[in-house]
Amino acid sequence: MENTALAGIASQVRRDIVRMVSAVNSGHPGGSLGCTDFLTYLYFEQMQHNAADFQMDGKNEDLFFLSNGHISPVWYSVLARAGYFPAAELSTFRKLGARLQGHPSTDKNLPGIRMASGSLGQGLSVGLGAAQIKKLNQDSTLVYTLHGDGELQEGQIWEAAMYAAANKVDNIIATIDANGRQIDGDVDEVLSLGDLHQKWVSFGWEVLHMDGHDFDSIRSTMQQAKAMTGKGKPVVIIMKTEMGQGVDYMMGSHKWHGVAPNAEQLQVALDQLAETLGDY
Amino acid sequence: MEFEVFGNKDTRSGFGEGLAVLGEQNPDVVALCADLTGSLKMDAFQKAHPERFFQAGIAEANMIGLAAGMTIGGKIPFTGTFANFSTGRVYDQIRQSVAYSKKNVKICASHAGLTLGEDGATHQVLEDIGMMRMLPNMTVIVPADFNQTKQATIAIAAHEGPVYLRFGRPVMPIFVKPDAEFVIGKADVLTEGTDVTIIACGHMVWKSIEALKELHAIGISAELINMHTIKPLDAAAILKSVGKTGCVVTAEEHMMNGGLGEAVSQVLSRQYPVPQEYVAVNDTFGESGTPMELMTKYHIDTPDVVAAVKRAIARKSIII
Repeated sequence: MENTALAGIASQVRRDIVRMVSAVNSGHPGGSLGCTDFLTYLYFEQMQHNAADFQMDGKNEDLFFLSNGHISPVWYSVLARAGYFPAAELSTFRKLGARLQGHPSTDKNLPGIRMASGSLGQGLSVGLGAAQIKKLNQDSTLVYTLHGDGELQEGQIWEAAMYAAANKVDNIIATIDANGRQIDGDVDEVLSLGDLHQKWVSFGWEVLHMDGHDFDSIRSTMQQAKAMTGKGKPVVIIMKTEMGQGVDYMMGSHKWHGVAPNAEQLQVALDQLAETLGDY
Repeated sequence: MEFEVFGNKDTRSGFGEGLAVLGEQNPDVVALCADLTGSLKMDAFQKAHPERFFQAGIAEANMIGLAAGMTIGGKIPFTGTFANFSTGRVYDQIRQSVAYSKKNVKICASHAGLTLGEDGATHQVLEDIGMMRMLPNMTVIVPADFNQTKQATIAIAAHEGPVYLRFGRPVMPIFVKPDAEFVIGKADVLTEGTDVTIIACGHMVWKSIEALKELHAIGISAELINMHTIKPLDAAAILKSVGKTGCVVTAEEHMMNGGLGEAVSQVLSRQYPVPQEYVAVNDTFGESGTPMELMTKYHIDTPDVVAAVKRAIARKSIII
């Protein structure tokens, strides 16, 4: 897909995100906007997947697990725009009875979601389990996961990281949303991750880096990551992003992690984001 | 009332044998263990099906997540570790990735309760039934002996949804017939009686069988129910029996808070209030000792069942 086409989809997804969270005055716009380009690329170019006929068992298609479930707005928008469910349903986000729960769940059978997430640190383990069964089933498709950088403070992530290398789970590509922010402030101030690159290297992973807002960087890195699968080591990508990317007043701080824009702020945001596919 | 005894074994060995049978019968069954393969008796499965056995190491949270993920490709994962590490240590992982996500994971937990023995209170979980029965979508099973644990292990593979299967370490008499059918949610009425209903699970079923002899000697006719499934609870069996006897004793190797007794009292208080007495550990941690010493000290032994029966029957005559 052309970069301009991807950018057009991403712009619409960003509009969806700010409109969704503003409508219910809750939700997490910051990380959602930061991961928009990545998830747009993943669903519209990288993954083999079947939006029209969602199957829980995901046999013979690539799987994606969102470990940092609070950025559900971006995932819901990308799933809807990719055809998993009607975009009109985005208007039900966080409302009573909706399939679009505050954090992703399988509880109400929303197509595209295979595991609840929200309580952090669990998605890498889940992805590894799914990846090992793909091997057992002789299914050559891949498993993708996404994690926040703050989420890496959870111990379970490192249990999973150790397990993956020890068991040569080489059909998984994990991505870290390295925006450097978390609820209480900068990750370095709250609880520094230290040398993240070396941590993953020492845990036995192949480590790549990319710019999460440059489709050329995303494409070449994701292609490289895919080429590295099947060679005995799990692959992780440390993706540099900006929390709040695309909305100027949300960028450069952690303050918009979990705060929704009011009507006035929403209009300012929408003025910066072109409507490309039609608002829901 | 004589019970035929088919030898003496530990319930964990029943799990191991059941898992080995499943390994042969069902290619979708996979097993995970957190560095306790020998203790859980999972060696036979591991040896016969190494490609379907996953060693998680001492990392139980990851093990539960792996198991949840493994259901997605259509497998039926059985996780094995001690009951303490199967529940309290990984409660949030079970809650989100298994119970809420309705994943077909079988959480198999050995060394439950005081009868773990000498290792002491750090390992003697007495809250696990409570934790697991609070979770929506979770089925909770506490089989009574070796044969029943083997039968339950095989049965839960055919049940779609999360299951907590609790068993233990001590060698105890086997009284469930080797060819008995295990039906999830259907209580086994072991003896019929008219004076009191004893509802027990796990090792306390045998302790209650022992109590029957003494009760019979003093002229008390007790109906003994093996309530192997705590959730969903067989309320119909409870009400049918209590309608006849008018009082209840519950017996479990678990904290009084949250366990079988509470589950039973929830049924009775709403539908048929009668006196109920509890044989359970009362809001205290355990300690080191032999399994049988501990059952005596913490009042979950045969004489405690007898005493509770006497109390329950005495309360029947009090008109409120």
